[in-house]
Amino acid sequence: MMDTVTALLEKNGLVFAFLVVGALMVVSNYASAKLTRGRLQGSAIAIIVGLLLAYLGGRYAGGEQGLADVAVFAGLGVMGGAMLRDFAIVSTAYGVDLAEIKKGGATGVLSIVLGVFVSAIVGAGVAAAFGYTDAVSMATIGGGAATYIVGPVTGTALGASSEVIALSVAAGLIKAVIVMVGTPLLAPLIGLNNSKSAMAYGGLMGTTSGVAGGLAATDKRLVPYGAMTATFYTGMGCLLVPSVFYFVLRGIFG
Amino acid sequence: MVIIGVALLAGCYLAGMLIGDLLGIGLGVDANVGGVGFAMVLLVLVADRLRRRGVLPPVTEQGVLFWSAMYIPIVVAMAASQNVVSAVSGGPAALVAGVLAVLAGLALVPVLARIGERPEPLPPLTDEEKEQVA
Repeated sequence: MMDTVTALLEKNGLVFAFLVVGALMVVSNYASAKLTRGRLQGSAIAIIVGLLLAYLGGRYAGGEQGLADVAVFAGLGVMGGAMLRDFAIVSTAYGVDLAEIKKGGATGVLSIVLGVFVSAIVGAGVAAAFGYTDAVSMATIGGGAATYIVGPVTGTALGASSEVIALSVAAGLIKAVIVMVGTPLLAPLIGLNNSKSAMAYGGLMGTTSGVAGGLAATDKRLVPYGAMTATFYTGMGCLLVPSVFYFVLRGIFG
Repeated sequence: MVIIGVALLAGCYLAGMLIGDLLGIGLGVDANVGGVGFAMVLLVLVADRLRRRGVLPPVTEQGVLFWSAMYIPIVVAMAASQNVVSAVSGGPAALVAGVLAVLAGLALVPVLARIGERPEPLPPLTDEEKEQVA
């Protein structure tokens, strides 16, 4: 009996994922209304619970995809994978006011370039503080502080050690998780309540998964503006960090 | 037909991704440069054009709006399939780098948002919108 159920769920992974996430949303909305009196949105709670489940799943199955590495929950990896995530992000642009984007355009572009360099400088500084003082390691960990994709791309291009590359990925993941959880809490402090600051936010943070989750938990209407700038960030980071940023580091630290 | 809306979205998505890939190759970067962003702009432009011609009936719109409503559940599934174990086990260097990078970015948001016109906050959600978001 149990085997039959397990086999059924594994065979219908994506459909089972719909059921799991739906149930999670129901519980989270209930907890939001009853436990926090609506102060913390249901979606924010669902994302935090999702991250906890990802931790437990990763501990249990030992893979790289959190709960989705447990065979019956593999459908979560499809549902929350890059393809459907990006497809859904694009759909949120429907009904976006183009005038708003034009108004925030200059801010958006500036925020991306500034966001990449500020993150990389902070990351490289922390790397140096922990004893990674060569330009290659500093650039790689700096890239990781930008996003968990820029880190390994930089490290691979410059020939960093696998330990440093793993560290850069971890730094990027930490950033994504903090942005997901922290955005709704910090939004009032930084005036994150309009399309323009959302564009600045997306460009400064860059981590698409973090920004996508964080803004969803703050105010869904901000998602398209933040996502639009965030999606340019990783490409920009892969362009600037292994080149301009690395050369500057090498010039200073040899 | 609903599928026309979904197909419209799919077309914009793929075209935007293609632009992003080509831009990446052109710049010599091993990454998609802003594909999602281009796709979003395309969707906004195409939908606007179709709406003005009056060939975008509500049923067709449903095909796009469904995915927009599925966005938060998809993000929850994404959260559940993140490599959280590796993030947590990265040690103090990864933790400090991640935290400081976020703080530095946060501090700059109000500075950048101040450039140009002062932004107006979005109006509070109506009850109907709240229903949709939840």
